[in-house]
Amino acid sequence: MSESPLVMEEITMLPEFRGEASGAVVLEKIPEVMAALKSEGFTFLVDITGVDNQGEDPRFEVVYELCDLSKKKHLRIKTMVAEGDPVPSVSAIWRTADWHEREIWDMLGIRFSGHPDLRRILMWEGYPHHPLRKDFPLAGLPTEMPDIAFTAKAPLEGGPFVTSSATLAQDREPRAHPAEERNL
Amino acid sequence: MSSTVLPISFGDAVARTAEASPNLSADDVGEKLVLNIGPSHPSTHGVLRLVLELDGEVITKTDTEIGYLHRGDEKIAENMTWNQFVPYTDRLDYMAPLANNVAYACAVEKLMGFELPPRAKVTRVICCELARISAHLLGLGAFAMDVGAMTMFLYTFTEREKIYNLIEFLTGARFTTSFTRVGGQIRDIPPGFLEGVSEFCAQFPAQLDDFGSMLNRNRIFVDRTKDIGIIPADIALDYGLTGPNLRGSGNDYDVRKVFPYLDYESYDFEVPVGQTGDCYDRFAVRMEEMRQSVCILRQAVAKMPGGPWQIDDPKNVLPAKDKVLTKMEELIHQFIVVTQGPDAPVGEVYFGAENPKGELGFYIHSHGGGVPHRLKIRAPSFCNLSILSQLLPGHTVSDVPAILGSFDFVMGECDR
Repeated sequence: MSESPLVMEEITMLPEFRGEASGAVVLEKIPEVMAALKSEGFTFLVDITGVDNQGEDPRFEVVYELCDLSKKKHLRIKTMVAEGDPVPSVSAIWRTADWHEREIWDMLGIRFSGHPDLRRILMWEGYPHHPLRKDFPLAGLPTEMPDIAFTAKAPLEGGPFVTSSATLAQDREPRAHPAEERNL
Repeated sequence: MSSTVLPISFGDAVARTAEASPNLSADDVGEKLVLNIGPSHPSTHGVLRLVLELDGEVITKTDTEIGYLHRGDEKIAENMTWNQFVPYTDRLDYMAPLANNVAYACAVEKLMGFELPPRAKVTRVICCELARISAHLLGLGAFAMDVGAMTMFLYTFTEREKIYNLIEFLTGARFTTSFTRVGGQIRDIPPGFLEGVSEFCAQFPAQLDDFGSMLNRNRIFVDRTKDIGIIPADIALDYGLTGPNLRGSGNDYDVRKVFPYLDYESYDFEVPVGQTGDCYDRFAVRMEEMRQSVCILRQAVAKMPGGPWQIDDPKNVLPAKDKVLTKMEELIHQFIVVTQGPDAPVGEVYFGAENPKGELGFYIHSHGGGVPHRLKIRAPSFCNLSILSQLLPGHTVSDVPAILGSFDFVMGECDR
């Protein structure tokens, strides 16, 4: 590694797995280390991921994937976050971090301090859960939908040519004659 | 019974706006219009929603709303075995399901530490490049149609149909292919398939020239795309753009060259880059990429080696069917592979593949066993779309379809 000793001091290198270099950084040092790594050549932030290790302490892990395109190097930086603690945002260093951090907030409920616009991104604003947490069941949890969609009748519902769900074809087809006429 | 409808108060609209936003100058009052495009609009190619603030015809602010196609793929992945997730990858970038299958299988194989035999690698290269041509053809046809050249769509779909026939021949399905498995494919390539690919490669470049001659100097097309939606190379990388959208800006990052996988370093091909980074450059890059893909396909067909088409590891890949029906050991292996799936080691890997839309990456965090602890999909369209709120302001509304078309995004992958 050719990074300056100052940066390397902050990164605890982890054992290599499948030829990939990864290092751990303490939470508070993230913006400093990231800015230094960017100036060292890791100009491309590929991805940020949050991992929920429920039952461990600290509970969450935030993983940054960096690439140095000219030296063809890949580096993973990991940091541990306790539940409720905010992670310093790196969206001022890479603008792509903006949406990645919004997604982690939305899916896992990890807050990012200093983020310019930390709204939900995939779920709607006002959704009460964080679906990628391990304690969120696969089947989902009931929520109160805002009273905007799917509550009004469809414009043609009950109309002459609209089929409704039923197991019997005769019940499904509105143009079929009523049962008494069919001599059933 | 209470009513949910808010009472409408009448009054002077200009006075009400001035009251609500006292910071605006007198000229602004009553001038800004908020225009909603999507989520169901022909030019948003799926369910992207844009909320534009307009000053006359010019966009002053953009809010990009995504998530209308969110299905929770990453949550689903945590609850199924490695091979069970393959059909879900079809539905990421549904314009190029074969390339997604390959990227996912390669990511899991990297975690497992499997080394594919040469025949499987070349087969996967053919899959990737066929998918790339097919995805770029659709992107090109839809882009041209968005800016007014309706006929292109029909031409590109004629070519796409030929690729679909090849894909059906190879995988048995036209659209949702689910072709790869961890450690190989569902089957070897059928006899006659390579001839079909050669036949396609022989006639396709002439068709591509035709497409080019319809658009390259087409006055309407050039007027609507040249110098529209310019992205400088450093901004593009800052926003995490990859694929043709990044290369259109002049950055030559291509995963196949920088971090080669499937022996891409042994193929001879060029990476086209644009100069200005406008909509026309992104179009031109895709056109040239299709030519390069044909070039790769020809080399792959020529060098297709014999030998096994999946790894030799009976505990992790399905055994041959005739042996399952006649031999005890293979029957047990079949049972284990189907019900439990391959057993992954503890560890984490990131694997990125050059897909038609950009770098499709899979970050897999494994605690061991048959399911991932966390599987993150780094979707290229997600990152590509994040630049819109920076890019669109300053353009007119009529530029929006051109810019969206040139981005060639897929919401299935963006929203996951």
